[in-house]
Amino acid sequence: MTYLADVAALTQKDLRVELRARDTLPAMLLFVLSTLVVLHFALPSGTGDAAAYGVLWVAIVFTALLGLARAWVPEHEHGVLDGLVLAPCDRSAIWLGKTLATLSFLLASQAVALPAFVLFFAPLDATAVAAVILVDVGICAVGSLTAAMAAAGRARELLLPLLVLPLAIPLVVGGVGAAVADAGERYLLLLALYDAVFAVLSWASFEYVVTE
Amino acid sequence: MIHARDLERRYGRRRILFGLDLDVERGAFVLVTGPNGSGKTTLLRLLAGLIAPTRGTLRVDTERAGIGYLAHEPLVYRELTAIENLDLFGRLYRVPERRERIGMLLERFGLWDARNERVSAYSRGMTQRLAVCRALLHEPELLVLDEPYSALDAQGIGLLDRELRELAGSRTIVVSTHDPDRLAPLATGRLALA
Amino acid sequence: MGLALFLALHVAPEDADQGISQRIFYIHVPIALTAYFCFGLGAWKALMLLWRGGERYDLESYVAIHQGTIFGTLTLLTGAIWAKASWGVWWTWSSRQLVLFLVLFLFYGAYFMLRYSLEEGARRARTSAVYALFGVALIPVSFLAIRLAEDFIHPTVFTRDGPQMTGTMFLAFCVSWAAVTLLAYVLYRVELVGKRLDADLRELRESLT
Repeated sequence: MTYLADVAALTQKDLRVELRARDTLPAMLLFVLSTLVVLHFALPSGTGDAAAYGVLWVAIVFTALLGLARAWVPEHEHGVLDGLVLAPCDRSAIWLGKTLATLSFLLASQAVALPAFVLFFAPLDATAVAAVILVDVGICAVGSLTAAMAAAGRARELLLPLLVLPLAIPLVVGGVGAAVADAGERYLLLLALYDAVFAVLSWASFEYVVTE
Repeated sequence: MIHARDLERRYGRRRILFGLDLDVERGAFVLVTGPNGSGKTTLLRLLAGLIAPTRGTLRVDTERAGIGYLAHEPLVYRELTAIENLDLFGRLYRVPERRERIGMLLERFGLWDARNERVSAYSRGMTQRLAVCRALLHEPELLVLDEPYSALDAQGIGLLDRELRELAGSRTIVVSTHDPDRLAPLATGRLALA
Repeated sequence: MGLALFLALHVAPEDADQGISQRIFYIHVPIALTAYFCFGLGAWKALMLLWRGGERYDLESYVAIHQGTIFGTLTLLTGAIWAKASWGVWWTWSSRQLVLFLVLFLFYGAYFMLRYSLEEGARRARTSAVYALFGVALIPVSFLAIRLAEDFIHPTVFTRDGPQMTGTMFLAFCVSWAAVTLLAYVLYRVELVGKRLDADLRELRESLT
């Protein structure tokens, strides 16, 4: 199971780099809180709880974008990505390690964001929390890949949101639906389907994005 | 070990290399010279397997695990220590007796005392020495070194000289350099790019 | 193409409840179907590129997606006209097809931004191909998402039973569809040949210098 060993080594590396650099995670925490506050002011009174749930997913998507924009930065300093690509390990392991690490950061930011949301806006039930986790998986999977695509070219900071947002639409629908609708399970299934399809696609196609 | 016919590589519309034929036997020591912009780095990236030719054929008789590449960039993580960097690559390259090998290399290249400091605190010369360690870590059959002396400090230059002298003959080595005389005694062949 | 237009606008009898707007269908739906087909073709060529690795697939995939985007934009425009004629508004979120095309427009618009940010070469070809594959995966998933977001049903021409589509109407629709597909095919080939000529000309110029 050297594949899993490789992934473990790579994830560990990403976690360690972030804990040392300490720039992305605190920024994500502050950002998600700021976004929630801004969105509170952006909703006129009388819009009700349903709109508040929409707010949550917008905040999550934009926080994820923030984290993803920084995801491959350590690999581009000193050209390390070439070093990883040259290694005999499967290139998809690089994607998986990065996705798992980014997912950890996003989940960590939500440990703060979700209580804050409940405090500022409205309660969250188990379906909603499950949806949050599924949305996180989906956006990190797709985001890691598209961030790598964008990083190869010019104007990478501009490009990443353009690539991610259309892909995030089904996730937002699933998330909001799970929180708002009575039969939230259907939306969880949508999210699970999205995650299955796009995680596999991202995993399989990373090799082609990062090599010539 | 390396065979290239009519090798061409373009970036966008520009052709950097074209019509290149190359044959390198196992154990050879090839010096690649040429002015800036002549395609030395491109050729070395092709040999290392980082990029593919746009035309022509290139055959390198070893797999990824058998290639050690030294670039202009050090290819190490700034936020990790020397030991952590080498440990990561050691795991990815499945280096046997990893700890011992890492320790040995760090000592050989004078980085043992700085082994637990982050690369961001290193001087340019130290970082490059670490890059050399990374390239040699898995005892590659083919060493592809892109202007290794340009970023090394005086100590590093001497250490690399010693290392190359020891490895010459038992490995295939391709080095691009602005200073061919330094390595001339070891060289079995030369390639001058225009 | 002219024949199809003629048929669509003059021969097909007016639909009882939708009136003249129904005629837009004869253009709108074929254009939408053609757009889907183009995106599918683009993804297929992309798969060929990644799997077989022939250089020509990149251009073919790009041109197919370009055509798909053009037809997609036309779908949105004709859809807006239809919406205006049917309901008096230029846009409605209640039409699943229109919303899906809006999402696809955003997605494939980003395709071109991605392509322009990368330098010509294998990296750009492969990255574009992967993105094109993501596009076709997105189509059904988005559609499902939009459906679940609870919109009312966009009247689909074939599945409605009853006297909605008489024989002549159906014939007119098929002619229109064939005509639009033919148009798309012609545009595809024209653009492909044009781009290939450009590339060949560039190579010729370079080998002369």
